Amino acid sequence: MTGADLTFDVAVVGGGHAGCEAAAAAARCGARTLLLTHKIETIGEMSCNPAIGGVGKGHLVREIDALDGIMARAADAAAIHVKTLNLSKGPAVRGPRAQADRRLYREAVQALLRAQPGLTIMAGGAEGLELDQAGCLVAIITGDGQRIRCGAAIITTGTFLRGEIHIGEKRFPAGRIGDAPAIGLALAFERLGLPLARLKTGTPPRLDGRTIDWAALEAQPGDDPPEPLSWLTERITNRQVTCGIAATTPETHAIIRDNLQSSAVYGGRIQGVGPRYCPSIEDKVVRFAERERHQVFLEPEGLDDPTVYPNGISTSLSEVVQERVVASIPGLTRARILRPGYAIEYDHIDPRALTLVLELRQVPRLFLAGQINGTTGYEEAGAQGLMAGINAARRASGAVPEAVFTRSEAYIGVLVDDLTLQGVSEPYRMLTARAEHRLSLRADNAGLRLTERGIGWGCVGADRAGRHRAFAKAVTDALTRAAADGATPAALSSFGITVNDDGRRRSVLEVLALPGVAMERVEAAFPWMRDVAPAIRTQLEAEALYAPYLRRQEVERRLLEREEKAAIAATLDFDSVDGLSAEMRQRLKAARPATLGAASRIQGVTPAALAALAVHLRRDAQRFT
Amino acid sequence: MSAADTIYALASGAAAGAVAVLRLSGPRSAETVRRLAGGLPPPRHASLRRLRAADGETLDHALVLWFPSPASYTGEDAAEFHLHGGRSVIAGVMEALAASGLRQAEPGEFTRRAFLHGKMDLTAAEGIADLIAAETAAQRRQALHQAGGGLTKLYGGWAERLARLLAHQEAAIEFAEDGLPTDLDAKARAGAGELRAEIAAHLADARRGELLREGLVFAIIGAPNAGKSSLLNALVGREAAIVSARAGTTRDIVEARLDLAGIPVTLSDTAGLREASDEIEAEGIKRAERRAEQAQLLITVFAADQPPDAETLRWVRPGALVLTNKCDLQVGPSEIGGMPAMAVSALEGAGLDALRSRLTEAALRLAGAGEGNQLTRPRHRAILTEAAALLADAEAANLLELTAEALRAALFALGRLTGRVSVEEILDIVFRDFCIGK
Repeated sequence: MTGADLTFDVAVVGGGHAGCEAAAAAARCGARTLLLTHKIETIGEMSCNPAIGGVGKGHLVREIDALDGIMARAADAAAIHVKTLNLSKGPAVRGPRAQADRRLYREAVQALLRAQPGLTIMAGGAEGLELDQAGCLVAIITGDGQRIRCGAAIITTGTFLRGEIHIGEKRFPAGRIGDAPAIGLALAFERLGLPLARLKTGTPPRLDGRTIDWAALEAQPGDDPPEPLSWLTERITNRQVTCGIAATTPETHAIIRDNLQSSAVYGGRIQGVGPRYCPSIEDKVVRFAERERHQVFLEPEGLDDPTVYPNGISTSLSEVVQERVVASIPGLTRARILRPGYAIEYDHIDPRALTLVLELRQVPRLFLAGQINGTTGYEEAGAQGLMAGINAARRASGAVPEAVFTRSEAYIGVLVDDLTLQGVSEPYRMLTARAEHRLSLRADNAGLRLTERGIGWGCVGADRAGRHRAFAKAVTDALTRAAADGATPAALSSFGITVNDDGRRRSVLEVLALPGVAMERVEAAFPWMRDVAPAIRTQLEAEALYAPYLRRQEVERRLLEREEKAAIAATLDFDSVDGLSAEMRQRLKAARPATLGAASRIQGVTPAALAALAVHLRRDAQRFT
Repeated sequence: MSAADTIYALASGAAAGAVAVLRLSGPRSAETVRRLAGGLPPPRHASLRRLRAADGETLDHALVLWFPSPASYTGEDAAEFHLHGGRSVIAGVMEALAASGLRQAEPGEFTRRAFLHGKMDLTAAEGIADLIAAETAAQRRQALHQAGGGLTKLYGGWAERLARLLAHQEAAIEFAEDGLPTDLDAKARAGAGELRAEIAAHLADARRGELLREGLVFAIIGAPNAGKSSLLNALVGREAAIVSARAGTTRDIVEARLDLAGIPVTLSDTAGLREASDEIEAEGIKRAERRAEQAQLLITVFAADQPPDAETLRWVRPGALVLTNKCDLQVGPSEIGGMPAMAVSALEGAGLDALRSRLTEAALRLAGAGEGNQLTRPRHRAILTEAAALLADAEAANLLELTAEALRAALFALGRLTGRVSVEEILDIVFRDFCIGK
């Protein structure tokens, strides 16, 4: 069937986490947006583990939420087990995490998208791209020949690019179990000469919860009360469930060792590189042979769904061996496998082919977001989708696509900078260790950091914008007051707060930074603190705690700023830079850093190469001034 | 200058000798050797070739060595001509090179190219620069050690340990749920403490390496006519300073170089200390006192036939050397200002050998013999001092992420000596050392 051409400002291909955020963000920015996906009923599907957030990932979710994205709200609507990780550590490294009811999550995402004005959802697959003579994207062509003209398109096809599933010795093409892969698009990308590479990831077998001996397992309750992911969610209303913790045994490890040949990876049938932080159980047993047990977290996939996700035993062993492995785990001896675990290999585009707004350098108006760029995880995908959505809407409207965060502003900035500059050698996952400005990029202050920027870009609704501005003002006022108000050591000691008796007045912020001072004493000394709302108090405490470190980071940031301002022209021929080795040239050409600062962050670029580049830029600048 | 530049320089120095070594580096090295020597010899073999000018005239029979990239000093294609050392031979070959469009190298350019091509890191390059500038044996030993990567190895080892501490701390932060050891934080703090102590010990060297690199200053100070200039002349064995019976002859600082057990020492003779009689003398005395403040060793000189003067007595302090000169005229006091005094006669040479060995002992104590890992530059000291302070922060921090923050900053600082350690390298350690992943 070939209908008349359709026309949209922004067309988004793919209904996963990147595609949903992209479509919703583009529509929020005022673009007439199309979301094109194979199956409307699987929009918002969680194809891997049923959880959102964690350390690093939770930071990303809060940032998506700060820009009025949908992931955090959907997760709150579906949350059945919530836990803030690292609660015993400082606020910068606490990671909110929610396990979701898979069906409720899907429904929440679909409801949010249906309620989004300006967004059309259509079933279908993209099979081709149409470019004009200048090489700009003008339309996408669906599998049944429909031509969709658009001002910009965002491809978010996840693992569907020439996806191939491996279960033991079996292998078949698929994007996800039960779904066809996207081969036409992969061919289109290949024809454009885009750099493709292969990665792999995997999932564990799914178990029937009714066949698990829960009484034999350690129970793991969630937090009470559960803390919402979204700033807009007042509280989580779903019934909360308890998870179980099981563990493998030496017998499990023996079974795996004896059957390694049945594993698709160890049998040599997979070449793609898998994520190191999410190894298969085969990997764990081989690489850490001395360990006698590995934990398995049993996570229910829904309130009315018996499916359980055994987090920790991702595998590509054959189905028969998977059954023996599960049966060897105490508590799972009678557990029935509903669906076997599998490894999936897929193509991704080298994200160094993208600019900082996630647009392909060589195909203007074509944006890529999500797993197709070599990342893993819903949160990493959603964050990219959101930024691509905002920028594609700007591109389509004729505005400059310049919605970019720096590394010192947001985890999103770290993510996009890492991808476009370093490329990936394994599926990329966010970790707080990647953020140099970890102490200021907290999950608790995402809104304070980003919402105002989002308002400027037009992706934040009026409700959130109004509430945000009132909150931001209250925080600023409280910080100002806490910095100005204070007391002498003598006055403090009368409230049971001991500091060095040097006669120097301490501000409220300094008092808050003292270890082990009870809040009641602070309130007694400074009665106005009693009226400070908990959310604002959290901000005061974090700022107080990290103040000396934040000052040092600020100095470091200013030092680096000069490098960040030394622009490298997009046309610079790295071959003309004297003193660069062939290897350095190749690294710089692949990453095309926009500034000297970006060049300095490229993995493997030596200080000597930077010196050569700096000399060249300075000489160039002199020539033209 | 462009990437296509090929440079040449006389590597064996300007003085005439039996053999002169001319060195080339750059992409046109091969074609230049082919043109001059009629072909490329096998790599890294000395081959005897006839060198010809463009008009076919023979310039010299020379040994030719060919070093293809990257196995050369600079990392570029490079070659050496070992010529007969005559001026006209050298000039002829250099002319032929210039005529082929090659450029004479700027000072230090070969080493700079080696650095740019990653053949050595910054501390090694600094070592090469010092080696070329070395005047004395101890300086040469120190520079050789550094150029050979001695400091690179030491600092690189610290950076490696620091990276591991940081990686383990990061593992504890990111993967708290993965059943990791519970003492990672405590171990990271303890490790930071050990590292800080090692760096502190390296820093507590009384600047020996830097002093050896820069040379020591010994100042001779005393009343007019105490015989300071005679002493300087006697020690260096030549008439470096004007000597006369008139008090106040020396008005500015007179310097002479001494080599004491391989350590370069600048001996400074200064204006005599007294109530100045004119503006010029007053300025000279001011300079004398300033030099005395800066000197690593003070040599206070008293005339044996005069009572110790108050001006000079002010400078008699622990560590200073006290001399009674003119012991040929009169036996002076054996102790001045509470310190033992050495009797010498600059004029007759008495006591001078003993003085020389005292000066040598002092030089060795202050600058060392250039052995082992010595800090040689203020740049290194500043960075290591900063790193040590950050490690102390890491030890003292009360939250995991603050320890990590201080470790990261310390690693960043060390990176300025050894090259930056990337996040990916930290993560490599995390995943190598721990079984991560649910």
